[in-house]
Amino acid sequence: MTAETVIGAVPAQAEFRTCQYTGLKVDTAAQALIKANAVAAVVFLAVGGLMGLLVALTRWPAVHLLPADWFYLILTGHGANVLLFWIIFFEIAVLYFASAILLNSRLAAPKLGWVGFVMMVVGAIATNVAVLQGDSSVMFTSYPPMKAQPHFYLGLILFAVGALIGCALFFATLVIAKEERTYEGSIPLVTFGALTAAIIAVFTIASGAIILIPTWLWSLGLISDIDPLMYKVVWWAMGHSSQQINVSAHVSLWYLTAALLVGAKPLSEKVSRTAFFMYILFLQLASAHHLLAEPGMDASWKIVNTSYMMYLAVLGSMVHGLTVPGAIEAAQRKNGYNRGVFEWLRKAPWGHPAFAGMFLSLVFFGFIGGISGVVLGTEQLNVLMHNTIYVPGHFHGTVVAGTTLAFMGATYLVLPLVFQREIVWPKLAKIQPYLFGIGAAGISLFMMGAGTLGVARRHWDMTFSDANLGFAHSAGAFLMMGLNGIFAIIAAIGGIIFVLVVVATAFFGEKITGGHKLTFPLHAGGGAAASHYGNEKAPKLPGTIILVALFFVCFVLYYFINWKYLSELWLFR
Amino acid sequence: MAVTPPEQRIWWNEPIERVELVWIVIAFLWGLFMFGFMIAWHFIGQQNLSKEAYRTTPSAYEAKVDEFAKKFQVREEKGIPVVKPKPGADVYLLGRLWQWWPILELEKGVSYRIHLSSLDWQHGFSLQPTNINIQVHPGYEHVISLTPTESGEFGIICNEFCGIGHHTMTGKIYVTEQKRAEAEPRLAEGR
Ligand SMILES: [Cu+2]
Repeated sequence: MTAETVIGAVPAQAEFRTCQYTGLKVDTAAQALIKANAVAAVVFLAVGGLMGLLVALTRWPAVHLLPADWFYLILTGHGANVLLFWIIFFEIAVLYFASAILLNSRLAAPKLGWVGFVMMVVGAIATNVAVLQGDSSVMFTSYPPMKAQPHFYLGLILFAVGALIGCALFFATLVIAKEERTYEGSIPLVTFGALTAAIIAVFTIASGAIILIPTWLWSLGLISDIDPLMYKVVWWAMGHSSQQINVSAHVSLWYLTAALLVGAKPLSEKVSRTAFFMYILFLQLASAHHLLAEPGMDASWKIVNTSYMMYLAVLGSMVHGLTVPGAIEAAQRKNGYNRGVFEWLRKAPWGHPAFAGMFLSLVFFGFIGGISGVVLGTEQLNVLMHNTIYVPGHFHGTVVAGTTLAFMGATYLVLPLVFQREIVWPKLAKIQPYLFGIGAAGISLFMMGAGTLGVARRHWDMTFSDANLGFAHSAGAFLMMGLNGIFAIIAAIGGIIFVLVVVATAFFGEKITGGHKLTFPLHAGGGAAASHYGNEKAPKLPGTIILVALFFVCFVLYYFINWKYLSELWLFR
Repeated sequence: MAVTPPEQRIWWNEPIERVELVWIVIAFLWGLFMFGFMIAWHFIGQQNLSKEAYRTTPSAYEAKVDEFAKKFQVREEKGIPVVKPKPGADVYLLGRLWQWWPILELEKGVSYRIHLSSLDWQHGFSLQPTNINIQVHPGYEHVISLTPTESGEFGIICNEFCGIGHHTMTGKIYVTEQKRAEAEPRLAEGR
């Protein structure tokens, strides 16, 4: 079977240019699609991010900006725009990059890619229209029997099908590249990571179709009843796995950035690839950890699905948590930064926004998102924080301080290499990942703190001023929500700078021509500097060992602190 | 590099770094321990969520809660009955747009079978400041054996978004000391 029969009759002609910095052959059709998807991603990030700021300013008790109906509307829009539209548009761009460009291949069926792109745009706009009309404030999870307008669900379905086309093009491009022998041996690690993301995406989108199509028919009045518990089980098969696409994608970008900026290569391909593969094997089952507080679920089912399997997937992330800094340390030591335990880290390119974004993403994703995710996904501990604002605290640690920050960092590589524009306002670009990263880490931590003190998520008024039976949260909870508001402003400033720099660069940045010296250069030695690790002559990595040990101690301590909290609750069984 | 095909064509024959191997073993054992600890908590811990649940309908459940409230009502507060069930009894609590009904009065150190269901949408039972959080579904009656370990006044808030009045959805539980409760004149009046 040839690639042509897989994807239909597609002419094998394509136009290429050669990247002067990486030597990669760039298919201009793929380049155009990467640009379009990246631009759409940033537009939805801007819209959704602004909504996020409004949400945080409403939940800051001293500010309490929006009225209740607007708050719930904006919160629904925030979730859809940043968690789905920003991230998945960007991921489609990553898939095209990791297939066509990293493999020096032409992109399969670029016209079909544009069809998918248009479907995604139309779907995202339809859902936004439904939300802004005001009668679809059903939140990101949209649990029945609460109902939205039909075009809310239809928009999500269209968007998902468009994204599925993007995944299909990725697979077809892998087939074409193999057949046309555009590379030798195995696919690169970054492409391998993208492949795991694409496989998980197909599973996710299929689950989404299984649940969203009946829900859409129900909203049209064609189906009379949707069981809320059944809905939740299938919904989370989509909802959780979709976050796993993000993890695979942003971990791929960690390896990409480390390679391009310090010349890092994996310590051993086998370990890094197996860690990616574990995401495919175990994470779908882990979706069940969203159902720990539901009625009637068996404890053994919960423990096996949510936790034993989840811990094998967590193992995957913990492995990347060592191999990525380990690869950077090894490369930096080869680069000559060999003094002491941490010279390699101090002399890393912290002034390059792509590196800063990548490394902060690595640290925050592990320490904040990762540890809190395991605690939240523990059968009994979940009762302590289920549906409190701890939950958004956790996933802002994974999806904002982790994925979004990694994607922002990668954008500083995409702008010169794919858009071929020099980054405008380099000083602003330099501080952007720090502002956004610190803001995002702050909101994650303070929401987790407020959740531990009982503050509910998706809640307009923590003072309960209109309630018949009043209730007063502790002063600590108010302090946490105030700090959350302050750090949301810091994150928003970082987000606004990002959007301004990206838009100004994409449209007005100096065009990069032959021989241009980049403001934020790639690593000079590149692949040559990183020769052969992963054997008995392996370098010592004391810095990485210390960082990983610190992580492990934090993990164990925080895990047991929560068991202590749990043991002080009323007794229940 | 990670962006180029691996140097070794047969990359799965490459040796694993020692530091990687040690970390994989530690991480795997830690996962195994966490898995075991959840099972162990069912034996050593006193906080495990019940799996007892029944299918029901909103109208059938509402009838049961009404009957329960009538039977054990001791007084009224803001138009809501305050209900003091016998120790160890079946206790019914319902969530609806937008209240937790009725108000309960329980005794410290006594175990109750608390039934939870919703009459309309999904709600979140969140007992504060104790921070016990349980999802409440329409059509499912969830039964939890609950033993208060402290006395005082506790709030129930809703933490599953349930529409525009979500933030006004509250309820209350009073927990009294076992002996003093009998002697308290305010309670005697209510009977
Ligand atoms: Cu509610």
